[in-house]
Amino acid sequence: MGSLEPQIAEWRAYVGNAPGVNGRDVDELEDHLRQQIADLNAVGLAEDEAFLVAVKRMGDVDVLSREFAREHSGRLWKQLLASGDDEPAHAAGGWLEALAFGAAAAVVVHVARVAAGFPDEEPTWFFRNVTLFVLPFLAGYFAYRRRLDAGGWVLTALPFAIAAVVVNVYPWDADSSTEMLVALHLPVTLWFVCALPYMGGTLRSHERRMDFVRFSGEWFIYYVLIALGGGVLVGLMYAIFEPTGVDADQIIEWVLPAGAAGAVIVAAWLVESKQRVVENMAPVLTMLFTPLFAVMLAGAAVVYAVTGLGDAFDRDLVSVFDALLLVVLGLVLYGMSAREPTAQPSWMDRIQLVAVASALVLDLMVLATMVARIGDLGFTPNRTAAIGLNLVLLANLAGAAWLSARFLTRRSTAHRLERWQTTYLPVFALWAATVVVVLPLAFTFG
Amino acid sequence: MESAIHIDKDLVAASATPLVLAILAEGESYGYAILKRVRALSGGELEWTDGMLYPLLHRLERFGHVKTEWRTPPEGRRRKYYVITKDGRAALAEQQRQWAAVSRALNNVWPGGGLMAAVGEA
Repeated sequence: MGSLEPQIAEWRAYVGNAPGVNGRDVDELEDHLRQQIADLNAVGLAEDEAFLVAVKRMGDVDVLSREFAREHSGRLWKQLLASGDDEPAHAAGGWLEALAFGAAAAVVVHVARVAAGFPDEEPTWFFRNVTLFVLPFLAGYFAYRRRLDAGGWVLTALPFAIAAVVVNVYPWDADSSTEMLVALHLPVTLWFVCALPYMGGTLRSHERRMDFVRFSGEWFIYYVLIALGGGVLVGLMYAIFEPTGVDADQIIEWVLPAGAAGAVIVAAWLVESKQRVVENMAPVLTMLFTPLFAVMLAGAAVVYAVTGLGDAFDRDLVSVFDALLLVVLGLVLYGMSAREPTAQPSWMDRIQLVAVASALVLDLMVLATMVARIGDLGFTPNRTAAIGLNLVLLANLAGAAWLSARFLTRRSTAHRLERWQTTYLPVFALWAATVVVVLPLAFTFG
Repeated sequence: MESAIHIDKDLVAASATPLVLAILAEGESYGYAILKRVRALSGGELEWTDGMLYPLLHRLERFGHVKTEWRTPPEGRRRKYYVITKDGRAALAEQQRQWAAVSRALNNVWPGGGLMAAVGEA
C-alpha cells in the first residue's frame, strides 16, 4: 500500500496529537488500521477507499481521545486537556479569579492578625484558627472553578463550619495540649475537606483521588518555589531599606502573612493551569529523593535496631520519627501518582519497597516503645495522638509493603497497590478529624 | 446480515468486557484479531467502533486481567499481544455467572424462551 503511506502518516500524526493517546497507542492503532486496509483491499476495495473506510471504522478521533484520556487520566494530567466536557473549559485564563480568592484570604488573615494584636500578643486562638482563615478560600476557589451546584457548596462549607464551631466553642484550658494538637491536625483535616470541591462530587472515584494526591504534591512544590522567591524578596528588602533608616519589619509584617496566605490559592491555580511546567519535575524529584530517603531510612532502621530506642526516646524524637514517616509516605504516594500504571516492576519499585519496609521497622520500634511508656505512665493527649498516628501509618505501610512485594514478584499488579493507597486516604482524614473533634472531649480540653 | 438488529449502545458496552475476556481465554491475541473475532461471533450484529477496543484492553491491563507483550512476527510489523491472566479468568467466570443470571431471568419472563442463553451456562 505504498501510495497510502503519506495519508497513513498524516492520520498517525493527527491521532498522536490527541490528548491521552501516547506513541505506543498510536503504534497499536496504526497496526490495526493497516490490517483493516489490507483486509478491505483483499475483498476488492481500492486503496484510498479502503483507507477511508478503515479510518471511519476506527472512530471519531475526539471521541477516541476522550476514551483514552478517561482510561489514562495520568497522561491527561501531563497533557492538560483544555477542551472536552469532563473538565471545566477555562484552564489557563483563570488568573483573575485565583487572585481574587487569594486576596480575600490575605485580607482575612490581616483582619485576624490585627484583631489578635499579633505579633505583640500571641493569643492561641489565632494559631488554632489560622487554617480556617485560608483554606475555605481554596475550597471556594475549587467549588467556583468546578461550577458546583448549591448542594455541592453546602457540602463543602459544612465541614468548615463544624471545624470553626469546634475550635472556638470548646473551652480550652490554659496551656492545653489538646489545643496544640488541634492546631496541628486541623490543617490536615481541612486539606482533605478541600478534596471535596476539588473532586467535584466524585469522592468514590479512585482515579480522582489519585488526581488529588498528584495535586497535593504539585501544590507543595509550587508553594515551596513561591516561598523561596518570597524569601529572596524579604532578604533583599531588609538589605535595601536598612541604610535609609526605614524599618523593613513594618512592611514585612504586612507582606509576609498576605503572601503566605495568597500563595496557597495561587499555587493551586498554578497546578491547575500550568501543569506542563512541573510535569517533568515531579517524577525527577521522586526519582532523586526516593533512593536517598530509602538509604537514610534503612540506615536508621539498622542503627536503632542495634542501639535500641530506649534512651534516646522522648517526645521530640517521636515527632521527628512521625515527620520522617509522613515524608516517606508522601514520597511513595507522589511517586505512585507519577507512575505509568501498567509499567513492569522496575528498580525504582524495589527501592520504594526498601524505603517502605525500613519505615515499617522504624514505626514498629516507635510503637513498641510508646506502648511500654503508656503502660508505665498512662495516656496523655500527646501520647494518644502519637500512638494513633503511628497505628494509622503502620497499617498503611504494612499493606503497602505486602502489596508491593507481591507486585515485585509479579503476583499482583501496581493497580492493587494504587487502590490500597487511594482506599486508605479517608483513614488519614478521619484520624485527623478525630484528633480535632474527639480528643479534646476525651481529655476534657486539657 | 439482512435483518440487522441495532443493539443498544449500553448493551454493547456492557458485553464488551466479557466478550474480550472470553476471546482471550481461547488463546492470546491482538487488537485487530480480537475485533474480527467479535464480528464473527456476533454475525456482524455487534458493531464496535474499532478504536474503542484499545482503551478497554488497556483498562483490563491496568486491572491485571490481561498481560501484554510487544512482539515482531518474522514477516510483519511490531504488534502488541494480549494474554489473559489468572485474575482475568476469575473476572470472566464472575461475568459469566452474572450474565447467566440475567439471561435466566429474561428467559423466565419472556414466554416461549425467546432469548437464547446469551452466555453458555457454566
